[in-house]
Amino acid sequence: MSGVPGTGLAKGLAVTLGAMTRRAHTRQYPDTPPDLPPRSRGVIALLEENCTVCMLCARECPDWCIYIDSHKEEVHTPGAARARQRNVLDRFAIDFSLCMYCGICIEVCPFDALFWTPEFEYAEHDIRELLHEKGRLGEWMVTVPPPPANDPNGEPAKEEAAARKAAEGAAG
Amino acid sequence: MPVAVELVVRVGAVVAAFLLLPLLVGQTEHKVMAHMQGRLGPMYAGGYHGWAQLIADGVKFVQKEDVTPRGADRPVFQLAPAVTLLPYLLVLLVVPLGPGDLVGQPLDAGLFLVLAVLAVPVVGVMMAAWASANKYSLLGGVRGAAQLLGYELPFVLSAASVAMAAGTLSLPGIVAAWRPWWLLWQLPALFVFFVAGVAEIRRPPLDAPIADTELVFGYKTEYTGMRFAFMMLAEYAGIVVIASLTTVLFLGGWHGPAPEQLGWLWTLLKIFAVCFVIIWLRVTFPRLRVDQLQQLCWLVLVPLALGQLVLTAAVRMVI
Repeated sequence: MSGVPGTGLAKGLAVTLGAMTRRAHTRQYPDTPPDLPPRSRGVIALLEENCTVCMLCARECPDWCIYIDSHKEEVHTPGAARARQRNVLDRFAIDFSLCMYCGICIEVCPFDALFWTPEFEYAEHDIRELLHEKGRLGEWMVTVPPPPANDPNGEPAKEEAAARKAAEGAAG
Repeated sequence: MPVAVELVVRVGAVVAAFLLLPLLVGQTEHKVMAHMQGRLGPMYAGGYHGWAQLIADGVKFVQKEDVTPRGADRPVFQLAPAVTLLPYLLVLLVVPLGPGDLVGQPLDAGLFLVLAVLAVPVVGVMMAAWASANKYSLLGGVRGAAQLLGYELPFVLSAASVAMAAGTLSLPGIVAAWRPWWLLWQLPALFVFFVAGVAEIRRPPLDAPIADTELVFGYKTEYTGMRFAFMMLAEYAGIVVIASLTTVLFLGGWHGPAPEQLGWLWTLLKIFAVCFVIIWLRVTFPRLRVDQLQQLCWLVLVPLALGQLVLTAAVRMVI
């Protein structure tokens, strides 16, 4: 510190007074919903129709928090030589008290039955109530945001590149 | 007006001010401190910007259990909050709000009474600290004793300078004798009185006896429920008292560019301005170490106050 004694003290006072005159950035959470970043990992939603009970998600889950029950049904198609078999999902549950939100189940699902949604307000009073069945997981499907647009500066999607190549081949 | 009615009205008004002003200051502190830290402060209690937060706090304190530690000295422990709180009520009784009769009790030796009574909360602090049977309380009390007794000296010396300048010990008399140029002439005394006053009421940055980051809560550690509420009320009543004394002694009380009838408004405005500065200092500066605290007192404030006394005496001789 140099010069007039007390300049440091005055500077401090100026800083606090300046902060008081500016608006606070506080968002009053329950009244104003927060701005969540894109691809927020709030909870995992299930699109039941897409699930084929392949069990990949349950097997890949690092802490085994996905429970799946199913049975087989015969589908008789008129005119077909023999009946086909089909897996029917009886139970699909995720225990969010165990889930560590790694997202491996979503990555691994080959039929796009699991989705991240930004919904995060599903706290419970009892940890045992965090085991959510397929009904509840399905309700969250409406909160799944559309996939974000491709980054204009990024590489084009593989499908796009392949389609362009095919089109150029056909033209040339 | 019969004497009895007048007495009731005056005492009632002072008690109302004593209960209301600290709450206002407390709420202001909530809000000012929050905004200085980029927050909003209480927003829910009462609906509009949390105006009822302190009322809610009071209701909560009433519901809490009043615990006295087993090892505590019961009567002393239970008496301490009252000893800390009540002197401030007594001081407010003699502080003039406006010219003429707008004072709880006009007293010729008002300043003398104020300075004497303001030394009593020190006893309350030490009672609370010693009777709590808690090492943190005791440490806070020892710090408090060293700090409060030390700062008593510049506090009294700077007040004496004003009394000398005005030639009277009566608080309305001092305000009546006050002239705007005193602001310049008595500036060192104002500085000394204000800093020593902040130390006397144990406010941050001079709150070594409470020091919530090192001593839990100093001498208030063991208090709960209503007694704790009284301790907190004493802190805010102390702010009001120090602000009103600074206003009356140094800032010219009811003097201002407005008709005499609005003098009480000027006094209140000045009191709130000083309260704001006390809050502002709290938000801005970190707590002084104990040795820095003593240095500030004995190496800065006491010499300054003595120099001011000499200056005041000299100017009085000349005029």
